Amino acid sequence: MKENKIAIRVDDLTVAYNYKPVLWDIDLKVPEGVMMAIVGPNGAGKSTLIKSILGIVKPIAGSVSVFEKPYKKQRKLVAYVPQKGSVDWDFPTTAKDVVLMGTYGHLGWVKRPGLKEKKAALEALEKVGMLPFKDRQISQLSGGQQQRVFLARALVQDASIYFMDEPFQGVDATTEIAIINILKELRKTGKTLIVVHHDLQTVPEYFDWVTFVNVKKIATGPVKDVFNDDNLTKTYGINYKVAVNK
Amino acid sequence: MNSAQLEIQMIASIVAMACAIPGVFLVLRRMALVSDAISHSILLGIVIGFFITQNLQSPLLILLAALTGVLTVILVEVIQKTGLVKEDTAIGLVFPALFSIGVILIAKNANDVHLDIDAVLLGELAFAPFDRLTLGGMDGGPKALWVMGSILLLTLLLLFLFFKELKVTTFDAGLASALGFSPLLMHYGLMSVSSITIVGAFDAVGAILVVALMIAPAAAAYLLTNDLKRMILLSMGFGVLSAVIGYWTAHFLDASIAGSMTSVLGLVFFTVYLFAPDKGLIAVLYRQKQQRTEVYLISFLLHLNNHSEEEERHLNHLQEHINWHQVRAKSVVDLALKNNMVTIENKLVTLTEKGRDFTSLALEYILTNREDKIEHIKKDFFLFRG
Repeated sequence: MKENKIAIRVDDLTVAYNYKPVLWDIDLKVPEGVMMAIVGPNGAGKSTLIKSILGIVKPIAGSVSVFEKPYKKQRKLVAYVPQKGSVDWDFPTTAKDVVLMGTYGHLGWVKRPGLKEKKAALEALEKVGMLPFKDRQISQLSGGQQQRVFLARALVQDASIYFMDEPFQGVDATTEIAIINILKELRKTGKTLIVVHHDLQTVPEYFDWVTFVNVKKIATGPVKDVFNDDNLTKTYGINYKVAVNK
Repeated sequence: MNSAQLEIQMIASIVAMACAIPGVFLVLRRMALVSDAISHSILLGIVIGFFITQNLQSPLLILLAALTGVLTVILVEVIQKTGLVKEDTAIGLVFPALFSIGVILIAKNANDVHLDIDAVLLGELAFAPFDRLTLGGMDGGPKALWVMGSILLLTLLLLFLFFKELKVTTFDAGLASALGFSPLLMHYGLMSVSSITIVGAFDAVGAILVVALMIAPAAAAYLLTNDLKRMILLSMGFGVLSAVIGYWTAHFLDASIAGSMTSVLGLVFFTVYLFAPDKGLIAVLYRQKQQRTEVYLISFLLHLNNHSEEEERHLNHLQEHINWHQVRAKSVVDLALKNNMVTIENKLVTLTEKGRDFTSLALEYILTNREDKIEHIKKDFFLFRG
């Protein structure tokens, strides 16, 4: 693993909603090629951290760079999987169409997806095992299938860095395994993955890098170095020894 | 049909199509109420524009009034952002305020012109053919036709250019923003187009019908299709259909054209609401009934699966043993027979191989919740269709 290049650099990032600070002075360096979990309690600002890196939320201070350049110049290197609950699944569209949206970034304004984009969308659906459902309306899919469609949409973005906001939320065990296998495969090809994650027990199994956040950054680094009781307790405020070893 | 009648229908149809397009996106963005707010508060813009231009169809007036529409949306957002009132309350606060200022201005200053409150609320489609465009002495047709025609063309052009952007910002604003398509820009673009359309349509159909023309066709189309493009086309179709039927209803009843069109729109929506194949009320009720029966079927099959004793499988004991009414017991047995899941010999019910397979499949699904197991039986059974 080449750990010398920095994929994401966050400096002194502070975000506030209605003058209430959600993230305080975050510094973060994510080396290229790691698979990083962002963990922390509810309301700790995990999603906000991702969203402010992606420019969806405007920080009140600090800066973010993607491969040492501003995000705006590097959009095409980044793919994003929002929380499943953030969209209206009754929207009149099919699985294939949702995946096709992943190609919009490369297309830019006005230009429409053509044959090449459609082929890429079908290939991405195939990769996540959703090809048989390509024409199904998205509300007719199960939670796990919806998450796979979202993953396919990120795959079609063909990025270097993948941001995912709780991709395992509300999915069945089979889908969780399928998703993690795809993520691991991405990492093997040198991609960087940054995942907001809820289940502490699977952190050492799924990830090699971890960042603890609770409004402030508590720790960041290789799982084997920083994923310990001390940091868990600092982040969650209670002794986590028992919970993790259970 | 004389030329005035034809012209009225053409204007009504063009208005309907122009309204349907932004209407679809308002409905999908859960902003239907916003069209109501805009349609009222633009009165202020129209009055002010009228004082300046002295012409109800001047492009400047339309722009000024449309600005009031966008201003309404901004005011609602500002009030809502304070966190002191909810969005619907904010809407309810803003548009009556702007509307009432407009009403007072008309009463004070414009009493003797064409602009009056009745016209504002109900429009004057019947008079539209009298206000004609003349080019060097030549008759160019009703002005309203030109105004709305231009607005429709503009809307179609924008829709054609920014369809993908509208779609992605409506469906997933987060992704859109990450991809570089500003949801805010699309939001205000949509609000501007909605405002311009409403202003243009206002004079022809009034403040109330314009809301119906935006929302009802989109709401009906939403129940009929799973495709955004088709939803837009269907909405436009419903709009035109209601415009034409509404016109002739008004003609034969000697009633208000705008009122008849709105009534027809309501009827169209109600019909779709009842009879839409998948999402209609009747389809939903039927599906729920079938699901109930299927739950009974599965519990019946499970019972047969668990008990091989003859007395447990005897038809006469069915009622006592699993405590079912005769009617229900019969409908469940019939359903099982129809699907070749059981055979009946001397009133003894026996599971067939298909019945056994189905039962174990259903059981596995219930235990594991794994959809892939039951994908192939989803077509035949409502129960497994989410």
